Amino acid sequence: MSELPAGHAAQSEHTEARITHGTLFLAFLKMGLLGFGGVAPWVRQVIVEERRWMDDREFASLLGLSQVLPGANTINTAVLLGDRFHGISGAAAAVFGLMAMPLAIAVAIVEVYGAVSQNPYVVAAIAGAGAAAAGLVIGTGLKIARNLKRSPRIILMTLVTFIAVGILRLPLIGVLICLIPLTIAAAWFDPRSSAR
Amino acid sequence: MLLHIAILITALSLLAFGGANAIIPELHRQVVDVMGAMSDTEFTNLFALAQTAPGPNVMILSLVGWRLAGVAGLAVATAATVIPTSILALAAGRFLSRAGGSRALHAVRAGLVPLAIGLILASGFILARAADHDGLTVTITGVAALFLLFSRINPIWLMAAAASAGIAVRVISP
Repeated sequence: MSELPAGHAAQSEHTEARITHGTLFLAFLKMGLLGFGGVAPWVRQVIVEERRWMDDREFASLLGLSQVLPGANTINTAVLLGDRFHGISGAAAAVFGLMAMPLAIAVAIVEVYGAVSQNPYVVAAIAGAGAAAAGLVIGTGLKIARNLKRSPRIILMTLVTFIAVGILRLPLIGVLICLIPLTIAAAWFDPRSSAR
Repeated sequence: MLLHIAILITALSLLAFGGANAIIPELHRQVVDVMGAMSDTEFTNLFALAQTAPGPNVMILSLVGWRLAGVAGLAVATAATVIPTSILALAAGRFLSRAGGSRALHAVRAGLVPLAIGLILASGFILARAADHDGLTVTITGVAALFLLFSRINPIWLMAAAASAGIAVRVISP
């Protein structure tokens, strides 16, 4: 992470000069609008491929930090990137761009749904989409697990978390208060995780 | 109600490790079981809409605010979703850009990985139990999970296909 500000300063100043509050807003507006079924793929597409604000390595370190923080990864990415180029007002411009249009669209969908929710075909379509949405969440969890180096620590902590929250349905706050120190301690003493 | 929304959603958003999916079980427990503010089906439908619509899935929190207290609920829920976690991200970003990669930081990052996976799988399991009430929906959930896992298909097509399948079955056997 320490190379972030230094790397930024070392980048071409032309790139920095072109990044205004307006371009931050527009870039994140695009990510929000295109992100059907999840924004994450579009974040890299716009930041790295289209705008060329950073290379893949820099982007990976930014995304990694976004993922360990609570909240939506994409909102955290918007905050970190906006802050980096224009401080707090840059972060606000990026977050506003990301959220504004999708929120308006989602509310419109909910309103229309309220008006047509008696229609049996709409009910059938939403039931199908709801089942698929659940499957996408399960698939995402399995996909992340598949792409990791599996270790006994990761398998055990994943299972404990899944059983506590998914099967036993214990309150999340209590589960996290118990499991966060446990999982960090396990990672501290796991030679595989500290070696990386 | 607005204060309740603000407190609930601020607390949930600060616990949303791995994104919105991690807090779906607790949001469901609070809104459906504790508050009794909406039915299981209504919650699942709202989640499906938040997934289908463009934008971050964390917007489910804003939509819950909207359903509980209208425009004011939407505004309060959105602010509670975005502002506390953004302040945290801002502080962490600035701190870590100075602190570098210590062993403690590695342990934090590595430790949160299985927690995030376990929470996502728990969310999917709970949502599937609410959404899957017949052979068709169980099949759709399974197929969607497998396609996401083993193909690079855009999830929007899976959602569209699942909605179409729901309508098709309804047309064939009303």
